[in-house]
Amino acid sequence: MRIALFVTCLADTLFPEAAKATVRLLERLGHEVAFPPGQTCCGQMHVNTGYQEQAVPLVRRHVRVFDPYDVIVAPSGSCVGSVRHQHAMVARRAGDVRLAARAESVAGRTYELSELLVDVLGVTDVGAFFPHRVTYHPTCHSLRMLRVGDRPVRLLRAVRGLDLVELPAAEQCCGFGGTFAVKNADTSTAMLADKMRHVMSTGAEVCTAGDASCLMHIGGGLSRMRAGVRTVHLAEILASTEQDVVTDGRGGLVVGS
Amino acid sequence: MRRTFLGMPTTAPAGVGQLRGAESFPAAARRALGDAQLRRNLGHATATIRAKSGAVIGEVPDWERLRAAGSAIKADVLARLPELLEQLEQRVSAAGGVVHWAADAIEANAIVVDLVRATGSDRVIKVKSMVTQEIGLNEALEGAGIAPVETDLAELIVQLGEDRPSHILVPAIHRNRAEIREIFLRAMPGVDPGLTDEPAVLAAAARRFLRQTFLSTSVAVSGANFAVAETGTLAVVESEGNGRMCLTLPRTLITVMGVEKVVPTWRDLEVFLQLLPRASTGERMNPYTSMWTGITPGDGPQEFHLVLLDNGRSAVLADEVGRQALHCIRCSACLNVCPVYERTGGHAYGSVYPGPIGAVLSPQLTGVVDNASLPYASSLCGACYDACPVKIDIPELLVHLRDQAPHPRAESAVMAAAAYAMDHPALFAAAQRATRLSRLTGRRGRGLPPPLSGWTAGRDLPDPPAQTFRQWWAQR
Repeated sequence: MRIALFVTCLADTLFPEAAKATVRLLERLGHEVAFPPGQTCCGQMHVNTGYQEQAVPLVRRHVRVFDPYDVIVAPSGSCVGSVRHQHAMVARRAGDVRLAARAESVAGRTYELSELLVDVLGVTDVGAFFPHRVTYHPTCHSLRMLRVGDRPVRLLRAVRGLDLVELPAAEQCCGFGGTFAVKNADTSTAMLADKMRHVMSTGAEVCTAGDASCLMHIGGGLSRMRAGVRTVHLAEILASTEQDVVTDGRGGLVVGS
Repeated sequence: MRRTFLGMPTTAPAGVGQLRGAESFPAAARRALGDAQLRRNLGHATATIRAKSGAVIGEVPDWERLRAAGSAIKADVLARLPELLEQLEQRVSAAGGVVHWAADAIEANAIVVDLVRATGSDRVIKVKSMVTQEIGLNEALEGAGIAPVETDLAELIVQLGEDRPSHILVPAIHRNRAEIREIFLRAMPGVDPGLTDEPAVLAAAARRFLRQTFLSTSVAVSGANFAVAETGTLAVVESEGNGRMCLTLPRTLITVMGVEKVVPTWRDLEVFLQLLPRASTGERMNPYTSMWTGITPGDGPQEFHLVLLDNGRSAVLADEVGRQALHCIRCSACLNVCPVYERTGGHAYGSVYPGPIGAVLSPQLTGVVDNASLPYASSLCGACYDACPVKIDIPELLVHLRDQAPHPRAESAVMAAAAYAMDHPALFAAAQRATRLSRLTGRRGRGLPPPLSGWTAGRDLPDPPAQTFRQWWAQR
């Protein structure tokens, strides 16, 4: 299958390993990955911060760039959530009904990684190997906007060598929320402190999730505390094979050192 | 009453009632977050209610259909509000009640003060009500020499402590039993000086005080959870029975009600009386459900007044996205699941309506400019939308209100520049490469300037990668 990668601006700029892992994983499963170069950002930051009008050209660009593809994937629940729940609304509000219809059509073909793997490609065992104790944080937009349910956990359970430990109070927000973490930094930090306490209580060496943004937040806090727990994007775990462990031994989306 | 005129409806007036905070949410939250006792009280209380409510909601096989029905009934009410309110007025009047229309808090307070004065009483007993807190009725009564006595246990704790409610359902959620004992010892008339902090002992002390007040006060003031247009019936739901005492013992009953509380038919209560207790207190059935229709000669209050309050509600109704905030049945489920509320408590929101619903209701009632920081008091995690028994899409409303909020000039400039670069891929790629320059600003960019310094105060930024994804892709 030919799959277009919607890389997301954050993964492109700061967490390319998550995006590279998505490419490696899909190619290993026998699919062709395309990277439409005109893509930049879905506009979620503008919409969620109160700048919907400025998001209109970004929505138009996203729709134009991805419309030619039948299947689109992003390693992010949040950005897929924006495409599915915000793009048509932004277009309608700008009075562009035609753009809204096209945005809905693109949204219907856009999947978060675990949705693509389980629902479209029909796989839960992707042949990965990751010999670590891991806990999974279900990000808010994956959990409540996209309703990915247990798809990521089913994928993780099939990874050889992986010891999956349940995260207490997993459904609670980590406190990121985009510009929320800047505008309400104190409240965000209080939420992060509880999330980190729960992560550390599992004894996991790795905290994973389907969003680089939440992992940047959780990982940034864990790094500051020198907690000895690292954050790794779900795509990187699923892309890991025994071959990688031999050559690398570490891998992963690393925040701090 | 003020004459009705055509044009944009006005928002709730400033200087009266409690819809506006003295400071912004981040400033108030910062102080609240430092209160370890508050954090502990709130964490314990919200977790307890969440678990209890979740368990009884899980028992109902058609919960999702009930939510849909509740939402549909409220949408219907808002679509034909004038007609329903006139029908309610007609039925209440026919049953011996008197209906008053108040455009705002100032008018409503004046109406109630005049009505109480006319009875000659210098004291009223109050049923727990959000709307009278919203309009600052207690302050207005006190200003007129009339003593209001809150009879809901938690509201009494708040009143005696000269405090403000911090939760819709549990106004004293920020207090623990040791603090309540101190408040009672300090402020409750005739309290036993040997009072302990056992919950049963504290409740008994309040009961002794309130019984005397119930039996010696001739006027009561209540809010309303529902008003049935087809019959003119008012409904109040509560858990203690103190509301029932207020609604039945005094000679005069004055009910203040937000106009959105009307429902078309008696049958509609079937939906809300299933939704409300399970979402609110985590009970299967509400303990005390009081309903009355006008007056009944020789039984209960012999004089009944209904004050229908707007106070910004018509302005909310005029916004076709924002109006769903008027669906709210004040259950407080959104507060109990909100990770922000759980950590900051209710006072940080500045309004009697705290938590997620407050963050979308208060700015609409006052106009967004007067509560500009509230729509941002959320990480948009979506837990409130899932918990709402009448399906108010609070995250959608928050985003909608952020679009109307005044923006800091520097932020606007950054957002405009970002949008421009993101619509020009070559410029975007250049900006991406520039992030690598942040390596020069010191280890992991710790010296980020305000407002970004709020992030780096508690978190490390990731090291910018040697190559962006698109650079890697181009070289493959």
